[in-house]
Amino acid sequence: MILHELISYEVLRLIWWLLLGILLTGFAVMDGFDLGTGMLLPFAGKTDLERRVVINAVGPVWEGNQVWLVLGGGAIFAAWPQLYAVSFSGFYLAMFVILFALILRPVAFKFRSKNESAKWRNTWDWVLFVGGFVPALICGVAMGNVLQGVPFRLEPDMQIHYTGSFFGLLNPFALLAGVLSVAMLVMHGASWLQLKTEGAVHERARRFGGIAALLTAVLFVAAGVLLYSFVSGYQITSAVATEGPSNPLLKTVDRHAGAWFANYADYPVLYVVPLLGVGGAVLAWMGMAGRKPLAALLASGASIAGIVLSVGVSMFPFILPSSVDPRASLTVWDSSSSHLTLFIMLVCVIIFLPIILAYTSWVYAVLRGKVSAEDIEQDRGHAY
Amino acid sequence: MDLDIVALSRLQFATTALYHFLFVPLTLGLSIVLAIMETVYVMTGRTIWRDMTKFWGVLFGINFAMGVATGIVMEFQFGMNWSYYSHYVGDVFGAPLAIEGLMAFFLEATFVGLFFFGWDRMSKVGHLIATWAVALGSNFSALWILIANGWMQNPVGAAFNPQTMRMEVTDFAAVLTNPVAQAKFVHTVSAGYVTAAIFVLGVSAWYVLKGRHLELAKRSMTVAASFGLAASLSVVVLGDESGYMTTEHQKMKLAAIEAMWKTEPAPAAFTVFGFPDQEARETHFAVHVPWVMGLIGTRSLNTEIPGIEELEKRAEERVRSGLKAYEALQRIRDAGSTANIPPDAKATFEEHGGDMGYALLLKRYVDDPREATDAQIKQAAWDTVPPVAPLYWSFRIMVGLGMFFILLTFTFFVLSAMRRLDRWQWLLKVAVWSIPLPFLAAECGWIVAELGRQPWVIEGVLPTAVAVSNLGASTVLLTLLIFVALYTVLIVVEWKLLLKAIRKGPQLQPDTLAEARARGHATLATARN
Repeated sequence: MILHELISYEVLRLIWWLLLGILLTGFAVMDGFDLGTGMLLPFAGKTDLERRVVINAVGPVWEGNQVWLVLGGGAIFAAWPQLYAVSFSGFYLAMFVILFALILRPVAFKFRSKNESAKWRNTWDWVLFVGGFVPALICGVAMGNVLQGVPFRLEPDMQIHYTGSFFGLLNPFALLAGVLSVAMLVMHGASWLQLKTEGAVHERARRFGGIAALLTAVLFVAAGVLLYSFVSGYQITSAVATEGPSNPLLKTVDRHAGAWFANYADYPVLYVVPLLGVGGAVLAWMGMAGRKPLAALLASGASIAGIVLSVGVSMFPFILPSSVDPRASLTVWDSSSSHLTLFIMLVCVIIFLPIILAYTSWVYAVLRGKVSAEDIEQDRGHAY
Repeated sequence: MDLDIVALSRLQFATTALYHFLFVPLTLGLSIVLAIMETVYVMTGRTIWRDMTKFWGVLFGINFAMGVATGIVMEFQFGMNWSYYSHYVGDVFGAPLAIEGLMAFFLEATFVGLFFFGWDRMSKVGHLIATWAVALGSNFSALWILIANGWMQNPVGAAFNPQTMRMEVTDFAAVLTNPVAQAKFVHTVSAGYVTAAIFVLGVSAWYVLKGRHLELAKRSMTVAASFGLAASLSVVVLGDESGYMTTEHQKMKLAAIEAMWKTEPAPAAFTVFGFPDQEARETHFAVHVPWVMGLIGTRSLNTEIPGIEELEKRAEERVRSGLKAYEALQRIRDAGSTANIPPDAKATFEEHGGDMGYALLLKRYVDDPREATDAQIKQAAWDTVPPVAPLYWSFRIMVGLGMFFILLTFTFFVLSAMRRLDRWQWLLKVAVWSIPLPFLAAECGWIVAELGRQPWVIEGVLPTAVAVSNLGASTVLLTLLIFVALYTVLIVVEWKLLLKAIRKGPQLQPDTLAEARARGHATLATARN
């Protein structure tokens, strides 16, 4: 098969770097609002009926949204196998904690309203809170660590040795990133809830959402300042072989302050990306204050995209730097799948992603409109 | 087996996979059953079929949630616990997983929301499309995961790249059309259909025994019996195809399943009963049926099936051949740039590269396989024999149950045709008690397929022992224990909720009840709600 040589290895790697960003953004934006709704559940809903309104606001869509995470995992495995291998095994306990939360979440959705007992329902409500809070926090903490570099070595046969510990992940910068991630998804979930609900739930979501939006803007700026002042970036110092074999050990890497801002200095237009992160959050806050929930939701989605993509833009071409052996860092040019696999997977994405977006839009269109307490009391088409 | 990191990682994967595989077959089959029932509703306009779809849909939903919850773990575990595996074969193995997400999971998970929430928001046909989308999505996901798994059993269309130290795709079409994957796919989805059919049959039989919801129960039994009969026939026929593929591609697995220690003259006998003894290398108290194995395995009377000891000898040759490849690989890598590679090293690697995985079997005993002693080479060859007794028994339980399912579904198919479903109480009780059996058969099938692959994670390419992440044993022990505890609690809760929903029974809608009164169905009109 020579068809795949229509697109050069270098371009395919760039496309897959973009797709990595799109998939992570897709996860954060789509699954983000139902993770955020889960975090708001015990606070936005006081009575059982109110809580059922909150749950049913995401009830029909959370399952589809969660596939963005599953697809993200699968796509990283297929396109960036070394990234998948190093990060999932290196962050072993953190991944396990996320899994623990994600195992409980589907179960909580399905089981919660199947029993009348108040204690039963309250317990599962808090499970849904944890199921939203823990993945949000840990994904943020993970991003914070990736920006600082992760302690792993590669042997010549590519055996991976991770030398950090779970508690090593919980350093101040990473925790700040974790809190930012929580605030960001609460903002997003609150926007969704305002769109889908009315009355007391809507008002509480508006109040929490406003605080979260402002917090997102402030924490993101703070993280940027800290990144600039205290976190060393990485830079490739050997000749860059963009078409070379996917073997991270063939380069040399230097670590110095300010390196994560080199791309912005070279291409100032890239400042648009972090500005979107801050501006989106501010617009979301204004949308909530001005009672325009749809505008707020779109703005908070844009803010999330800006924040997630800022990480990628700052680090390019690095994907996962190694703090203990910088030359083993994974970059766009040396940790991808083969030319043929990247091409085949791109064809699959080109075929299926538009189909997915089409039927997802159709489903959201069918399900449009508010979830009201009366509907739930009369058991009209609400499963939870 | 010491509780080292390899053993613990395997135990964790097996445990989480076996739990996950308790939910998957039911989802696969029940999604089709729902789609069939709703199709009948849309085509006939009889609202009882809609109410049946909704009722079985509640049970489907509880099971589906568990399948989703335990499924995410499976996808993440490759990277978490098997990072060298992920690096070594991600280029090939990752693709079907990603396509599974793109093509199957999105379809299934997006439309499952509409299935539950969309009844009042869509036209009849619109909702039917959503239901079929769920069924298609779950069956597609089985296709792609079995293409991935088929490649682990029969790694076609890929080659080792010394520059990146991993397997890379050379022919994606070969990966897709892998005959082992095809055989496994049809066998596995049929097994899922049988699981759902017997679940529906058993639950309905319980209603008939109690004299409740008879109209719904009898209709459901008719669907289940016919669907189940077709499925259980195909699971056995296609299982036979799967067995035939095994003789082609995994001779050692077949020999171990049959506890066939020595090569027998063709056509080989089938051992119906016996106690395989791995250390003594013989089967005690064996009862043979002449010819049968040769016929199933080779579909001929004169083809020999090699026994374990002969395959062990062949494995030893391949270890020695693999060592030549390993030695050549080190020289290729020492050369640095492509231009400096010694031509003889390249030639040797091309000749023996296919056996390099066998040299990696020695890594269990020595860091550098080139330093292995003769005894270690012999030991590595013996390691290619998977644990015989568990395979032998799992296979026989699976096949025995498969035969029983044909008998059971056939009986109820005939009773349904004769409109005598409630004729024999004891038969109904057998149906109720049969509910767990397809789950047992599915678990046994997983053991045959995956334990039978040992010591390989990728047959002939990568030994399981080399593939694990370099994690602390205590870390994996901790997560394993938490998984077991969490899953066990969830399964207990799940079964309580399923039983509660079954006891509560279907909620027939007013229009169905009115229609029943008009038609004079006494049982239905007075049905409890």
